[in-house]
Amino acid sequence: MEIEENYLYTKEHEWVSIEDNIATMGISDYAQEALGDVTYVELPAQEDEVEQFEQFVSVESVKAASDIFAPMGGKVIEINHKLEDNPALINKDCYVKGWIAKIEVRDMDESTNLMSAEEYRNYLESLGA
Amino acid sequence: MNPYISNTPTEVGQMLKDIGVDNIDALFADIKPQHAPRSFKLPGGQSEYEVVSRLTALALKNNVHVVPFIGGGYYDHYIPTAVGALASRGEFYTAYTPYQPECSQGTLQALFEYQSAMCALTGMEISNASLYDGGTALYEAMMMAIRITGRKKVIMDGGVSPIYRKILRTYTHHLSYQFEETPVVHGQSSRQEIDRLLDKDTAVIILQNPNFFGAIDDFTDIIQKAHSVGALVVMSVYPVSLGLLRTPAQMGADIVTGEGQSLGLPLNFGGPYLGFMCTQKKYVRKMPGRIVGETVDTKGRRCFVNTLQAREQHIRRDKATSNICTNVSLCALQAVIFMALIGKNGLKEMAQLNLDKAEYAKELLSKIKGVEVKRSAPTFNEFTIHLPQDASRVVGMMMRRGFAAGFPLGRYYPGMERYLLVAVTEKRTKEEIERYAKALQEVLT
Repeated sequence: MEIEENYLYTKEHEWVSIEDNIATMGISDYAQEALGDVTYVELPAQEDEVEQFEQFVSVESVKAASDIFAPMGGKVIEINHKLEDNPALINKDCYVKGWIAKIEVRDMDESTNLMSAEEYRNYLESLGA
Repeated sequence: MNPYISNTPTEVGQMLKDIGVDNIDALFADIKPQHAPRSFKLPGGQSEYEVVSRLTALALKNNVHVVPFIGGGYYDHYIPTAVGALASRGEFYTAYTPYQPECSQGTLQALFEYQSAMCALTGMEISNASLYDGGTALYEAMMMAIRITGRKKVIMDGGVSPIYRKILRTYTHHLSYQFEETPVVHGQSSRQEIDRLLDKDTAVIILQNPNFFGAIDDFTDIIQKAHSVGALVVMSVYPVSLGLLRTPAQMGADIVTGEGQSLGLPLNFGGPYLGFMCTQKKYVRKMPGRIVGETVDTKGRRCFVNTLQAREQHIRRDKATSNICTNVSLCALQAVIFMALIGKNGLKEMAQLNLDKAEYAKELLSKIKGVEVKRSAPTFNEFTIHLPQDASRVVGMMMRRGFAAGFPLGRYYPGMERYLLVAVTEKRTKEEIERYAKALQEVLT
């Protein structure tokens, strides 16, 4: 199970990488493996305002559909259009090319609600992963 | 001859003894008498012969030998004998999409062909494998538009079947949507009123063509305006009329639904009927219902599967596109057999016959003193007439002369007690239309 060291994580297995006030997010290696082959990503609309931990994306695989939650609250400023034609990017490269959305963060303090890579690793172990 | 019941009285007694109650009624002791439906008090069992005799006697009370000039959403169309003969073959005869679908390639192919035919008929890109009936399909389309737009305001044209409008209101009774109904003016949708209500909070405008009064319309202008504020348009259509009319796709509709009874299904009292739903490809993941898709197996052979199932409740649970996870496969099968038998040109001819015969009837009826044929809007095979007296009363008198004269509009539209909705399908002969006009003249003088 690959875990990107410099990212932050949620209990729902989203990752987020924050630079200045822009949070790039996607789903973790654990999540993509649990879902199996991703067939469709329902992306949010640009300019959407989201709250932290609000459902704003859904990812479909061959036999499941999973809700994805915003790791940080704010405005959606960019979405990964490449996922529209190539949703399998999430399976192939979940941490770089398989990013889902960029959020302009409203309140940086919300990051204290997230886990570090180390904490996420322990969390996965507690789940028996 | 008694009906087969697997448990003998001795076995029932033993079971009751084991669980410690005296009789079966004791199992329902928790239900207070005032809450128990009276229908639970059924008479004792009867033999097959007695039951058949009783039901036959009841069925004979139906007056099925009248000549029908009644429509209102359900029409007396010709059904080739082959429809029933093919649909009742054991290989096809099932009410549902199969639960082990890939084992039933024939059923899946029939539904795939049905979907293809519905797309060809409406001009839309996608069809599902059918829903329960025209009214519930319209409800599902409205909910789909609400999901797509994330808005809560619904503008419903008063020309949409009053039965459908009631279904929509019943389903959404406990949900917080804003319903606006616009009036019908001179038989047609009020552009002015729709314009006034249409705004950036509007999820959907719901239209029907031909409308309940039989009037046909080109909704292109309304649809363009709706799209300019990000609202969608749902159109309920009468499939036979599409043999002649502009398709909903040509007008720009986003979701198309309708009652498929006119495509090879007999007039049953309450169904089962056929709801159809079509949309554009970009909305397919928001569409409820089963969808059959074509693919190839591991050996490269053409085959069929239930596809895009992640929308459905066995996977999506509470976030599914609908709680209805089934369809009316047998009715859809009859419809596709009907469409295949009659063909593209056959459907055009059929639609033309409906139009011509209705126009002939209009001509004859307009000559009767006191009868005014409403001509403010063009019609297909159904039109509205104004009578010099109560339409329900006239219908009663016409029934005694052997005609189901039409649908008295006062039943759904207060103030329209003297209006009668008359339908003329391809099955009505010239002689029947003439006899109908003569009988109406006699009744009114």
